[in-house]
Amino acid sequence: MLEAAWLIPAFPLFGFLLILLVGRRLGEPLAGWLGTAMMGGSFLATVTVFAGLLAEEEPERFFIQKIFTWVPAGSFSVDVGFLVDPLSIAMCLFITGVGTLIHLYSVGYMHGDPNFSKFFLYLNLFAASMLVLVLGDNLLLTFLGWEGVGLCSYLLISFWFTSEANASAGKKAFVTNRIGDFGFMLGMFLVFKAIGSINYADIIVEAPGLAIGTATGITLLMFLAATGKSAQIPLFVWLPDAMAGPTPVSALIHAATMVTSGVYLLTRLNPVLAVSEPWTLDMIAWVGAITGLVAALAAVVQNDIKKVLAYSTISQLGYLFMAVGVGAYVPAIFHMITHAFFKALLFLGSGSVIHGVHDEQDMRRMGGLYKLMPITAGTFIIGWLAIAGVPPFAGFWSKDEILLYAFDVNPALWFVGLVTALLTAFYMTRQVILTFFGRTRFFDAHADEIEAAFTGRLEAASAGIQAAREDVVKAQEALDKAKTDLPKRKEAIEKAGASLAEASAAVEASSPEADGHDKLVKALDKATKAVPKAEDAMAKARTKVVDAELAVAAAEQAQVDAAALRREIDAARSNAPAVPQHVTALTPAPDISEFEDAMPDSYRARQEYHPHESPWTMTLPLVALSGFAIVAGGLNLPFTKDLHFLEHWLEPSLFANEHHLTASAATKWILAAIAIAVGLVAIVAAFAVYLRGSRRPESIENPNLGLAVAYDRAIATFAGGPGTEAFESAAWFDENVIDGAVDGVPSLISGTAGQARGLQSGFVRFYGLVVVLGTGVLVVVLLRSLVL
Amino acid sequence: MEVTATWYLVLSAVLFSLGTFGLLTRRNPLVMFMCVELMLNAVNLSFVAFSNALGDLAGQTAVFFVLVVAAAEVVVGLSIVVALLRRRPDATVDEFVEMRG
Repeated sequence: MLEAAWLIPAFPLFGFLLILLVGRRLGEPLAGWLGTAMMGGSFLATVTVFAGLLAEEEPERFFIQKIFTWVPAGSFSVDVGFLVDPLSIAMCLFITGVGTLIHLYSVGYMHGDPNFSKFFLYLNLFAASMLVLVLGDNLLLTFLGWEGVGLCSYLLISFWFTSEANASAGKKAFVTNRIGDFGFMLGMFLVFKAIGSINYADIIVEAPGLAIGTATGITLLMFLAATGKSAQIPLFVWLPDAMAGPTPVSALIHAATMVTSGVYLLTRLNPVLAVSEPWTLDMIAWVGAITGLVAALAAVVQNDIKKVLAYSTISQLGYLFMAVGVGAYVPAIFHMITHAFFKALLFLGSGSVIHGVHDEQDMRRMGGLYKLMPITAGTFIIGWLAIAGVPPFAGFWSKDEILLYAFDVNPALWFVGLVTALLTAFYMTRQVILTFFGRTRFFDAHADEIEAAFTGRLEAASAGIQAAREDVVKAQEALDKAKTDLPKRKEAIEKAGASLAEASAAVEASSPEADGHDKLVKALDKATKAVPKAEDAMAKARTKVVDAELAVAAAEQAQVDAAALRREIDAARSNAPAVPQHVTALTPAPDISEFEDAMPDSYRARQEYHPHESPWTMTLPLVALSGFAIVAGGLNLPFTKDLHFLEHWLEPSLFANEHHLTASAATKWILAAIAIAVGLVAIVAAFAVYLRGSRRPESIENPNLGLAVAYDRAIATFAGGPGTEAFESAAWFDENVIDGAVDGVPSLISGTAGQARGLQSGFVRFYGLVVVLGTGVLVVVLLRSLVL
Repeated sequence: MEVTATWYLVLSAVLFSLGTFGLLTRRNPLVMFMCVELMLNAVNLSFVAFSNALGDLAGQTAVFFVLVVAAAEVVVGLSIVVALLRRRPDATVDEFVEMRG
């Protein structure tokens, strides 16, 4: 049955190839089902191998399946071979198990995505890489998987690459991981130099004979590699950004699998760790403890539902490193497994929430969702209890185990871990309350929407003022025109009077018998009529002036009114309902009744939307994972030796350096009681702040807590400024000095040749002369040597 | 007066110098070719003179080689010269500068 080991990575690899070839034709949802089936097959293969391993005697549980020789190079030879032992199979079980559930979940989550089949292509490749990483029987094969998961992480984080932010988040993850990979490569070289082989089987045998310095070097380099993949100080910055990818990716990569590979590597190399200087182990433990604390602090001030979980993951990985540092390998693997369950559950739950509320990720705009998505809420609450360390959920047992070992080695580590546990319980409670309890804030107006409403109204008022102002100008012009008309009319009246007088005088002067008399009488008639006409026109012009004056007054009034309206809106804006930065379950909705009509379309669209529970493909994995999150503690219950299943199981894989507890039973009970008490205090405190409002959240969510965020920003600033300059100058050096030297040789040769070709004049007689002169010189030289 | 090897060598040197001078000063390809032959035969003469004076047949053997090589060279050289002159009957060698670098 052990021979089935090769099937474990082969299934997802085959799925990858199949989807690569026919994925587009399969489309949705067939490609997803194919990918899920391949993961399921891989899980079954793992279970088969697991059963085969169980059937073996304990010391015999170490099996290497060689597939073919990969790199035969003289005395150095690397096989593609799979190492089956309790450690690798324990990893494979939860990778394939959780992986299958996440694949199933993705079928629902990625519904309607145009690149549906591509997503499963990457997911299967990712799973295959991760399994190669875990099962590889030598460092090079592990490195292949190591790079494979790095590549898939890049591809999946920037899966929605059309957005600039997603694309750069993928790049950030890739580049940051490269720094760690460099440590892996150097460590691998050092192992080869020291031992002459990079097979784990040889390393296990040879490690005790290593020089302390060499072992320390290997440990430090491999630790650097681990800080990259497992997101520890100083290389953790990529993980919060990795939330740009689709949520199943966050669950698969950033909770259950890839990030655990660093811890796996260190556990696998425990014989080397055992030989190195003791301070390296202390350093690993302290880096883990401090990372855990810093990340937990940052998680308290996050408002993005996934970012909280991202920092939480970093923090929990810190626990794992702390455990490795104190030699608590079994608790590390134990917590890795329980964490895989409950963190995948939490991530998938947050994905379900995001899916249900129309891609909203800000917890300030959630709330009250337990009524709308009961299954998601119920399973999320189980995940919360598990991570918060409430017995009897899984997280309690594994976290308590780590804290116990930490206390046994160095109480200071224990204390830091305890503070981290307190913060963990606090921020997770905050998240649960903000997401699922209190008022449903999903429909609330956003600050930018309120602003948009005001801006719209203000613009309307300003347009009114502008129109009124134009009206005033127009009316004024009409008035001016009417006024200039008046004197003209007056003149016309005078003229008419004068011509009337003239006409009457002319009529009187001429005798009626005269020739022109009729004509003059007619002219008199006309002049008589012209006078009242001119007077009429004069009256009209007068009314026109009066009208124009009235119009000017009205337009001016309109302008004043519009300005007053604008002032009013301005004032209303400054008194607008504040959209709170920090919310609790009690935070009231902003009152926008006064300007509801001006709200933008996005607000209106949201009122039409109904947050809903996710389809069964998404809720089924949630239910399954929540089951594991409840019972996984049973893997390694501390009460009696017989209940230490995981410890017995892993025994054959841990060869050295394991810390054995010296604490008494009473100490164990007291520590457990303290841990429970601390967790409960944090939960109660979070309830008090966020559900009952007994303290304002502003007093707790101090921006200074985001140390990790500040560090991230500092790195970004550095990389954007001096970092870029440094790399540009390196590029300059490369282009000019290195390439210059390479290009310089041929250009020197061609330059010299260009000069020399002038000698080849083509004149035969010139060549003859040169030959003659040359002969002459030769003769002289030879004769001289003969004579002297 | 006895004709010693010196006489032959002087004659040889004179012929060689004539040939060299002609080669460097004349522009007609055919004449230059003849000058080269003159230089070759001057060398042959000195070979024979030394051979006779030293009683060593190696010198005369060398002459045979030179003659054979010269014959071969004449075949190639003359055909080139003829080909050139057929294209441009009154050309000088200075006009054939196709091989200029």
